[in-house]
Amino acid sequence: MFSRTILSRQLRQPATTLLLRSTTTTAPASSSGSFLLSLAAQRRLLSDATRKAIDKAVSSAPVVLFMKGTPETPQCGFSRASIQVLGLQGVDPNKFAAFNVLEDDELRQGIKEYSDWPTIPQLYVDKEFIGGCDIIVSMHQSGELAKLLEEKKVLATESEAETEAQGGKKE
Amino acid sequence: MTSQTPIEDSIREKLTTALQPTTLEIYNDSHLHAHHQAMQGVTSKETHFRLVITSEAFQSKMQPARHRLVYSLLKDELAREGGIHALQLRTMTPQEEEQRRAQEAGAE
Repeated sequence: MFSRTILSRQLRQPATTLLLRSTTTTAPASSSGSFLLSLAAQRRLLSDATRKAIDKAVSSAPVVLFMKGTPETPQCGFSRASIQVLGLQGVDPNKFAAFNVLEDDELRQGIKEYSDWPTIPQLYVDKEFIGGCDIIVSMHQSGELAKLLEEKKVLATESEAETEAQGGKKE
Repeated sequence: MTSQTPIEDSIREKLTTALQPTTLEIYNDSHLHAHHQAMQGVTSKETHFRLVITSEAFQSKMQPARHRLVYSLLKDELAREGGIHALQLRTMTPQEEEQRRAQEAGAE
């Protein structure tokens, strides 16, 4: 369908960047090797500042995807599949935000703890954690995702042209 | 002898003990992802797994709770440097597996 093509193109807007780095205390990044760094990241409790920043990200739009790469150029097959499903479902681009975790290590580690979920992508709808790629795809196949997105009113509505053709009611 | 598949062994052991699954299929898809950018410099042949698990332990749990349960059991393997990078899960109860079989049989 024509409108779907436009929608999926609109959905491929650049992912939003969350700047967490400057506001949070992290393990000294200088001399430690990546092994030590990742250990430190795992053990660190989610700081208030990080939690608040992620709270803000989660509530920045009704549909929020934390992913690797951008909707336009996903850097991981699972992120790509998730974006494709949201496009197929017809999620309204105005009600959607994507956050690229590869741009921000604080977010990348923080979101795992925030969601109690060790992998990325992660989907939130109305601030509620829905799941990762496997859950998104299986809900897509079962029809549950369509039902959820419709209930949450986050799907793009029929185009105005069509509304006009149906009588063009004005409010 | 040292196992050639230490992570797979560990997945099988931990999930079998904790979930007593009636079905446990472990697929190592690492070779399909070896060329990915994120895998540069990684020598492990056990980075990407796909699991099909059927267990009574999933009864009355929604999908996210089931996945969290599996993730928590494999916490060390997921967190370890050079451990599991990606984990695909299909989690079913025995009843759901039965339904799926019936559906698939019907579709043929």
